[in-house]
Amino acid sequence: MSTVVTRLQSPEDLRQFCEQVLARRDPAARSVRVCLGTGCTAKGSPKIFERFRQAAAELGREDIVVQTKCTGCHGFCERGPIVVVDPGNVFYPGVKDEDVPEIWRETVLGGRVVERLLYHDETGAAARTPDEIPFYHAQHRIVLALNGVIDPTNIEDYLAAGGYAALAKVLSSMTPDEVIEEVARSGLRGRGGGGFPTGRKWRSARRASGEPKYTIANGDEGDPGAFMDRSLMEGAPHAVIEGMIIGAYTIGSSQGYIYVRNEYPLAVKHLGIAIQQAREIGLLGDDILGSGFRFDVRINRGAGAFVCGESTALMASLEGRVGEPRAKYIHTVESGLGGKPSLLNNVETWANVPQIILRGASWFASLGTEKSKGTKVFSLVGKVKNTGLVEVPMGMTLRQIVYQIGGGIRDGKPFKAVQTGGPSGGCIPAQCLDEPVDFDRLTELGSMMGSGGMIVMDDETCMPSVAKYFLQFLKEESCGKCTPCREGIAQMLDILTRITRGEGRPGDVETLSGLGQLLEDTALCALGKTAAYPVLSTVRYFRGEYEEHIDRKRCPAKVCPGLFRYVIDKETCRGCGLCAKKCPVEGITGERKQPHVIDQVKCINCGTCFEVCPFSGVVKI
Amino acid sequence: MSTVSGIIERYAADPGMLIPMMQDLQAEHGYLPQTELKELASRLCVPLARIYGVATFYASFRLVPKGDHTVQLCLGTVCFLKGAGKISEALQREFQLVPGGTSPDGKFTFSPVNCVGACALAPVMVVDGQYYGGMAVDSALELLGKIAAGDKPAEPVKARERKRAVRGRKRA
Repeated sequence: MSTVVTRLQSPEDLRQFCEQVLARRDPAARSVRVCLGTGCTAKGSPKIFERFRQAAAELGREDIVVQTKCTGCHGFCERGPIVVVDPGNVFYPGVKDEDVPEIWRETVLGGRVVERLLYHDETGAAARTPDEIPFYHAQHRIVLALNGVIDPTNIEDYLAAGGYAALAKVLSSMTPDEVIEEVARSGLRGRGGGGFPTGRKWRSARRASGEPKYTIANGDEGDPGAFMDRSLMEGAPHAVIEGMIIGAYTIGSSQGYIYVRNEYPLAVKHLGIAIQQAREIGLLGDDILGSGFRFDVRINRGAGAFVCGESTALMASLEGRVGEPRAKYIHTVESGLGGKPSLLNNVETWANVPQIILRGASWFASLGTEKSKGTKVFSLVGKVKNTGLVEVPMGMTLRQIVYQIGGGIRDGKPFKAVQTGGPSGGCIPAQCLDEPVDFDRLTELGSMMGSGGMIVMDDETCMPSVAKYFLQFLKEESCGKCTPCREGIAQMLDILTRITRGEGRPGDVETLSGLGQLLEDTALCALGKTAAYPVLSTVRYFRGEYEEHIDRKRCPAKVCPGLFRYVIDKETCRGCGLCAKKCPVEGITGERKQPHVIDQVKCINCGTCFEVCPFSGVVKI
Repeated sequence: MSTVSGIIERYAADPGMLIPMMQDLQAEHGYLPQTELKELASRLCVPLARIYGVATFYASFRLVPKGDHTVQLCLGTVCFLKGAGKISEALQREFQLVPGGTSPDGKFTFSPVNCVGACALAPVMVVDGQYYGGMAVDSALELLGKIAAGDKPAEPVKARERKRAVRGRKRA
């Protein structure tokens, strides 16, 4: 960044600066990109990056230039740490410390591929580049296009990839109304879960009277099992900021906030660096690119409250108060933060904006289904083979996502359901696998798009337990302001707890449905209104499982303690005695090298024997 | 200049910035000391009750000192499906922990969290900011045991490999 001495004064300045950045880059330079997203970092990628960096520093050859770059999340967290070498876009997953010298010698210096370290599918076929891997092949990356390619802590990387060109276009040749019209025509809908048409929201915010107006990015990704927003903020923070500047320009806002979850320290760090860099070259602050438009952004960290993902609660939190939502008779675009007009969008929504401006509304609208345009990022997790972030056009079927991209279910188990929409969503069963994924269809199926969590479940998942898990979550996260949510969730949880303990009574399912309806009709905010969806959707598709629990006191998935038994399979047991040693109630007996037996009277169903048996000789019946 | 003065100055004494101020205060002390909160209240002219409300509403604030090590256990959906609930029970039993509390020996502060967004590593535990993926009951207990004994914690990758090895053995 030392090359920049002054702030850029016009869109033309920006264009020239980008040209300089590109001209400085050696087209023959080789690059090693190491993923430093949270997933890969946890698997030791910083050490790998350091080894490559050191190797590059010690190279001492004039004829070869090697750049080492740390990038954001590639999405294929399952196979981290991920290293990509250019030229050739050679993709190495699961790189270990000791693999570094070989990759350096063979691929970086020698231009040869190390076959052994490539991605191999189940048939043993190797994939050289990401495009050859089924996980990436069926994806369509717009928002995540730069993740894993650019260094998120270097604005020059973003500029070299065409960053801030949309902002320059807006400031030099578009009126605020034209920008809003473009966004509206694209059909972009809110990516945080609500699915509200973005253009319409912007128009209302533009028309709203009151000064100042605020622009807010919601990065309080609270749904458990979702990490799209985290990866985006970590991997391409400038895309979010650029989208916000464009939005702010359309409504005449000079102050922006990015509200980031407390659990995402790396996202906070990268956004902070990005904001600082944008300020330095005049993309934030006074008189942006000589347009006279002034805008700046600050980051506010959440403090650990799920409800703050709700717009009015988020704004209350930004005001330094407890995050309690309010009734939305008046929308936040008219009276939001501090009672002023506030334009709040999810970070993924913001990141879509620059692309829409650059490539045009028609291009964006050509992707997706009739009412859900563009792509959506999902975090595909759970019992699926390929866990990670996937970006697909709206309208792709669940089957394609789970089987083609996700590679199907782990350990050859049968698919049972996919949970979408987090605690506000529902479980979609196997018979709906061929349904297209878009905002409206998922709602019709009794679930919702939500922010994009997609949790795949196999036959070892007990549906009443899943419903109980979400209600437990929501009970703790309910702010307690309105009675239906505070008391209703507690009641439903109480009933579900009884059911999963084998103390369910006839009529429980009907009571649950009734309470669920009550919540939907009367709760104050979306958290309460949708709180019953996990219960209602599992009742709708897996009613038999509830009835088994209530009528026969059996848990078909063998998850609920006490509603199934552990026994030792005589054929498999080799009499090693490990289970007997570990059993906390001394309930397992048997001679050494002879099959052991569990005393069902003593057994407390703790499952320790099942966990410790090296021969899978303990079975659930 | 006292800690509180510095923090208030950092945010131009704007009461709207109460949460960032409290976050900074907690970063300084590891928790929110009563005396500092009282000072904050009087300097900002904000009722102490409101500050207390904020401190108890948000899960990340602590009103008691934290232990030597912070243990965050992810209880997100994926971690839950993969057995994080059992890990939580085992840790609470073995190290006398309560959610949000500190162990009697002052070694660990235990915070079960909703989701750390690292689902590919599930079940995940974050100890002093270091992520450990693919945890199981025994590896989690072993990890905290080692840290309690003052050993340098095992490499995060190892925790995962270890589990794979066990699985492999099962299949064979």
